[in-house]
Amino acid sequence: MKKKLVSTLLSAAMVSTMLMGCGGEASTEESNTDTQETTDEAADEAETEDAEAGEDTTASSEGGKVYYLNFKPEVASDWEALAASYTEQTGVDVKVVTAASGTYEQTLKSEVAKTDAPTLFQINGPIGYQSWKDYCLDLSGTDFYSWLTDKSLAITDGDGVYGIPYVVEGYGIIYNDKIMRDYFALADKAVDISSAAEIKNFDTLKAVVEDMQAKKDQLGIEGVFASTSFKAGEDWRWQTHLANLPIYYEFKDKAVSDAQEIELTYGDNYKNIFDLYINNSCTDKAQLGTKSVEDSMAEFALGKVAMVQNGNWGWGQISGTDGNVVAAEDVKFLPIYTGVEGEEGQGLCVGTENYMCVNSQASEADQQATIDFVEWVFNSDEGKAFATEKLGIVPFSTFTDDEKPSDPLGLEVSRYMEDSALTSVSWNFTAFPSQTFKDELGYALLDYCNGTADWDSVTTAFVDGWKLEKEASAE
Amino acid sequence: MQKALKKYFPIFALPTLIAFVIAFVVPFFMGIYLSLCKFRTVTNAEFIGLGNYAKAFANKDFLNALLFTVKFTVVSVITINVLAFLLALLLTKGIKGTNIFRTVFFMPNLIGGIVLGYIWQLIINGILLKVVGQDIYYNPSYGFWGLIILMNWQQIGYMMIIYVAGIQNVPPELIEAAKIDGATTWQTLKSVIVPMVMSSFTICMFLTLTNSFKLFDQNLALTAGLPARKTAMLALDIYNTFYGRTGWEGVGQAKAVVFFVIVAVISLTQLVITRSKEVEN
Repeated sequence: MKKKLVSTLLSAAMVSTMLMGCGGEASTEESNTDTQETTDEAADEAETEDAEAGEDTTASSEGGKVYYLNFKPEVASDWEALAASYTEQTGVDVKVVTAASGTYEQTLKSEVAKTDAPTLFQINGPIGYQSWKDYCLDLSGTDFYSWLTDKSLAITDGDGVYGIPYVVEGYGIIYNDKIMRDYFALADKAVDISSAAEIKNFDTLKAVVEDMQAKKDQLGIEGVFASTSFKAGEDWRWQTHLANLPIYYEFKDKAVSDAQEIELTYGDNYKNIFDLYINNSCTDKAQLGTKSVEDSMAEFALGKVAMVQNGNWGWGQISGTDGNVVAAEDVKFLPIYTGVEGEEGQGLCVGTENYMCVNSQASEADQQATIDFVEWVFNSDEGKAFATEKLGIVPFSTFTDDEKPSDPLGLEVSRYMEDSALTSVSWNFTAFPSQTFKDELGYALLDYCNGTADWDSVTTAFVDGWKLEKEASAE
Repeated sequence: MQKALKKYFPIFALPTLIAFVIAFVVPFFMGIYLSLCKFRTVTNAEFIGLGNYAKAFANKDFLNALLFTVKFTVVSVITINVLAFLLALLLTKGIKGTNIFRTVFFMPNLIGGIVLGYIWQLIINGILLKVVGQDIYYNPSYGFWGLIILMNWQQIGYMMIIYVAGIQNVPPELIEAAKIDGATTWQTLKSVIVPMVMSSFTICMFLTLTNSFKLFDQNLALTAGLPARKTAMLALDIYNTFYGRTGWEGVGQAKAVVFFVIVAVISLTQLVITRSKEVEN
């Protein structure tokens, strides 16, 4: 009998451990093992040089320290090296922690709850600001803000400036000019233009793409477009980036920057381009669920396809692919044409999802030390060299013309931005209601590709989902 | 000896107790409190009462996930236990190479859930693309059966070991006596072996039931809920709620508390029922 009692107690203890295990995981999120941590060597001398402090900032950074929660794993080691160098020069302790890919929000949530919270972190736009506004410091008086070349890019609320973009990116349709030249050299081509640069609207694009798809064996490609990747978490090029275009035009017509409800007046244009992608691809529509972004970038790099929709950050993936056959001078950008009236003047989609914020709940010394550090990064030779090389196009006036990125896609983005005949499409997806909205839209698009649902369900997910999610997030 | 043990008991138990309190008891009660709050991070919670629970139950994703989880649990508990028990019977018959087989069957259990999920995704996709030309995300039932196969593959070995231990503990004289009384193999199995290994059943049922209900890694890696959350189980749904929308952290937490109550009730009921069927040795 006693044995039975003991075993019942033991199993009860087991139940509670197992269950509490999962209860605890969901509630605290403390066990993030994916973060790589680098604490710099002890450098806590009290003598800190206040060299870089802006005159309009009153607080002192004496004794302050910096903790930067980095968003980009691909440049983690560079940030760490930069931080170490700063510590060496100024004696200010800078700690850089990098969140693993796709886990920034989770990591930030758990890190901010600690006593030693990040003093410098980043948000992804107005929606990110809504969730982190209790933690964002007003940066309007800083040099950092005054250097911003286009002040409208910053996140403002009333008179305050709470998020400053530190890198601008652009996306469009990347094409391999070699394959395009091969196509335009064909005697039996169905179009009368002679180079990809002459594609100025959706009708031309469609004619070229469909003819190329029909002649894919002649061109030695497997399809015109790379796989429209729909693997879990790999659908952001469609439910976020591509979905930006109809929203951009709708907001432009209504002259707003956000809305509680949308009509999706440009829904047909969205369908135009999406259909073109999935019908002229190297992968069968029903098998897109297995493809990742990396797969499609590899298809492009290996010369199996002529076009892929992505941004200037994709150059690393293209050049880094084993067996890459695409020459740097052949990589070009084409704006995403969707058949909107007057789209001949449309440029690339240029914007940012990377805004730096200073933690308003950190001590004043830490805040000042953080601002000093950021200003050093974007105004010292060492910092600027890092920014140009590793971050891309930086929107600050402290950078001169020869300090612009030199990779082919970065150059293309700059070229499009400087072309005064073209208007860049702004990134309105930063106003998309929530991750759930994007996920649902992605699911609807995948169902449409699979043929298990029609385009109406995509429209429903877009319009109704927008309204629902805006309401849900507003509460 | 006994005395010394008594004397030092608190000292030996203390570190574990402290760890248990910090890692389990405190987060558990914090979790219950947070489910009644609107919060962004665990330190800036604002009490709002039962609103989160109302939202959680009004959320159709949660109910779909619950239904999917229940279906999955029923099927996997039955298949895992039946197959594990059959294997155990087979491997206690003294077949040549028994030890090798036992090791082989046990090994899948040593691989982590995420890795397993990705490996099985490749295998299943490979077959599906060849045979029907679609992938696992095409149809929720592919994902469902994929998960069942995966969990069976992973868990049968472990449960089998427990059953083997149970079967080996059946006193040989009982089986011999049954034979002398003229019992057939089926009768011996039904009336002697099964009642004698009832305690193994209790453990295996408990483990498979809770494991299936709380499944997360395998679900995330194999389908991640695709297509359209139709293969998302409860744990994954809670996770998605937590990170999917700004301001819905409390709702995710409320779902987690409901989840806890469901798992606790089901597993305790199961324990009481199977316990009552056990016979004292």
